[in-house]
Amino acid sequence: MKKNVLIVGATSDVAQALARLRAENGHNLWLTGRSLENLEPILSDLRIRYEVEALGFIYNAELTSPEHLLSNLPGLPDEVHVAIGYLGNPNCIDDAVEGSRILTVNFSAVVYLMNALMHSFIQAKKQAVMVGISSVAGDRGRKSNFLYGAAKAGFSTYLDGLRNFGYAHGIHIVTVKPGFIRSKMTAGLPLPGPLTATPQQVANAIVKAVKKRKGRIYVLPIWQLIMLVIRTIPDFIFKKLNL
Amino acid sequence: MKSTTRVSNWGNYPVIQAEFKPWPLQVNKPQIARGMGRCYGDSALSESIVDTRSLNHFLDFDSSSGLLTVQAGVTFDEILQVFVPKGWFLPVTPGTRFVTAGGALASDVHGKNHHQDGSFSDHVLWFDLHTASGQKLRCSRSENQDIFFLSLGGMGLTGIILSLAFYLKPIETAYIRQHTIRCENLDETMEGLESYGNWTNSVAWLDCMAGGKAFGRSILMLGESAKLHELPAKQAENPLKIHSTKGIPFPIDMPSFTLNRFTVQAFNQVYFNKHPKGSQDSLVHYEPFYYPLDKVLGWNRIYGKRGFTQYQLVIPHQDARKGLQEVLELLAKRRMSSFLTVLKIFGEQPENYLRFPKAGFTLTLDFGISTGLWTFLDELDRIVEHYGGRLYLTKDVRMSAAFLRRTYPMAQAFIDKIKELDPEGAFRSLQSERLALHP
Repeated sequence: MKKNVLIVGATSDVAQALARLRAENGHNLWLTGRSLENLEPILSDLRIRYEVEALGFIYNAELTSPEHLLSNLPGLPDEVHVAIGYLGNPNCIDDAVEGSRILTVNFSAVVYLMNALMHSFIQAKKQAVMVGISSVAGDRGRKSNFLYGAAKAGFSTYLDGLRNFGYAHGIHIVTVKPGFIRSKMTAGLPLPGPLTATPQQVANAIVKAVKKRKGRIYVLPIWQLIMLVIRTIPDFIFKKLNL
Repeated sequence: MKSTTRVSNWGNYPVIQAEFKPWPLQVNKPQIARGMGRCYGDSALSESIVDTRSLNHFLDFDSSSGLLTVQAGVTFDEILQVFVPKGWFLPVTPGTRFVTAGGALASDVHGKNHHQDGSFSDHVLWFDLHTASGQKLRCSRSENQDIFFLSLGGMGLTGIILSLAFYLKPIETAYIRQHTIRCENLDETMEGLESYGNWTNSVAWLDCMAGGKAFGRSILMLGESAKLHELPAKQAENPLKIHSTKGIPFPIDMPSFTLNRFTVQAFNQVYFNKHPKGSQDSLVHYEPFYYPLDKVLGWNRIYGKRGFTQYQLVIPHQDARKGLQEVLELLAKRRMSSFLTVLKIFGEQPENYLRFPKAGFTLTLDFGISTGLWTFLDELDRIVEHYGGRLYLTKDVRMSAAFLRRTYPMAQAFIDKIKELDPEGAFRSLQSERLALHP
């Protein structure tokens, strides 16, 4: 069956790999980005490569209301991927604007958006799948990115709850924790090879999780183990670590 | 934070440590664009490299004219996968489909159809270029035409090619009607290439090791895109079948002595004799016809860790017979062997800055890197220059700045224009520095 797949935050490397994978299966793509100029090459590429319908919509997590975005869509999507994220400046305790942006983009904006989608699905009695790309950074706060981590922790917890809430309505929620990704966001950072997934690997894992109706996935299984260890370190030791 | 990567191009020589950054430009120092790294030498090497592979989007296609617009990092492989099923083919393709469209323009690649269709640049309508001054310029034969012509075969020195539009050509089938002729010596080989010029594709695989009466013997391969009615029933079921997207990875770096005079001679003997005397007709898919080596991913590893280089020369028609004979004789005399030796004919092409092709015969030889190779290639240079020839920059890794100036009449004009366009030398490669293309 041909689905309408909405990808929020479609210009990231992961989102682009995901869009191609869904288009390859013949699904139509509705993509959002902060500007149409950045979306245009991605849209034309999907149309030409896969002969699917690809539409672009402006969505800025800090500026666009969920209602505004939903009213622009041609209808309700069958599958949603929330792929926006903002790493930001990790040490921004003295920068309220940056701090607020990290919390908004990674948490409150995506929560309001998914709330609005859930509400619309229930009203329309429509079954759907929504995927939230969270992060291993939310599994335990660390000094290197604790605002980002806190927002992602909140997002992961929200997704757990939303999955529980949506179950009765036939709406499935997938939480994805990618670990390190070799992408534009991490360009230039020295990342450990075996722990680093390519955008393509992340996209493959997401599509597989959607098909198998998985609830929570780590893209590379090793991360489940790593985060288990990190979570079990007693706090009197953890607080002294450089992680 | 600084992180460098070991990088080399297809010849695995030289290998350098370089800083790799995806487009858009992130550093303010001399850099060069690099896509698939399929040039052989140091053309796409620099301490800082702009990786154009993220520019991988198809932008537009006009199915009435065949005009395709792509970002520069889209590969020929991807173009074939998308467009062969729709009945379109590349206007010109080199012997590998793992090149980017931007690289094909900057290298002005040519194929087996040069004598009829020219090189890749001839099919390009326009491109967008990011210049040293930070502008995005639309360049075509009527807009910024100076920079347009400068960039064709310009080795990426005019800036970063962002996107380009070029014409695909319509095909009825993905198959090639192939005519193979066994040529018993150099005269037959050269006459064959000349007299079959009415075929769209022609190339001769040359046995550079054969001596005596068999000196310059070859297998001449001619090809014409097959029409639908020419296909047997089985192929006609899926006439626009694309190439197989699975390749066989070449497992290891072979020891450097794998290819030597004796193994090459043995291989050539077997390959030549596999073809019966006279000629043969067959129907083949475009994959083995255009891309016989792409099937083996990483075939360059056969030359071992030391790497290899290709030496591609062109000699104008009038002296080609003498020139080729001297080149091949020197090869034998110096006991050098070239594993893949290919002879082709180039059609007329107006002199244009650093574009390589000109009417005549073009011979490609490849050599594993070894001591004594550079001296030998200097000797070959003298023959090439003596007969009015020159070398292809995309394969070059060692020619001297003086040799370039003597053999490319417009080299100085290129340098002068580059100086105007990029006075600080923002775009430079190890090759452009070696060839002293900057002030």
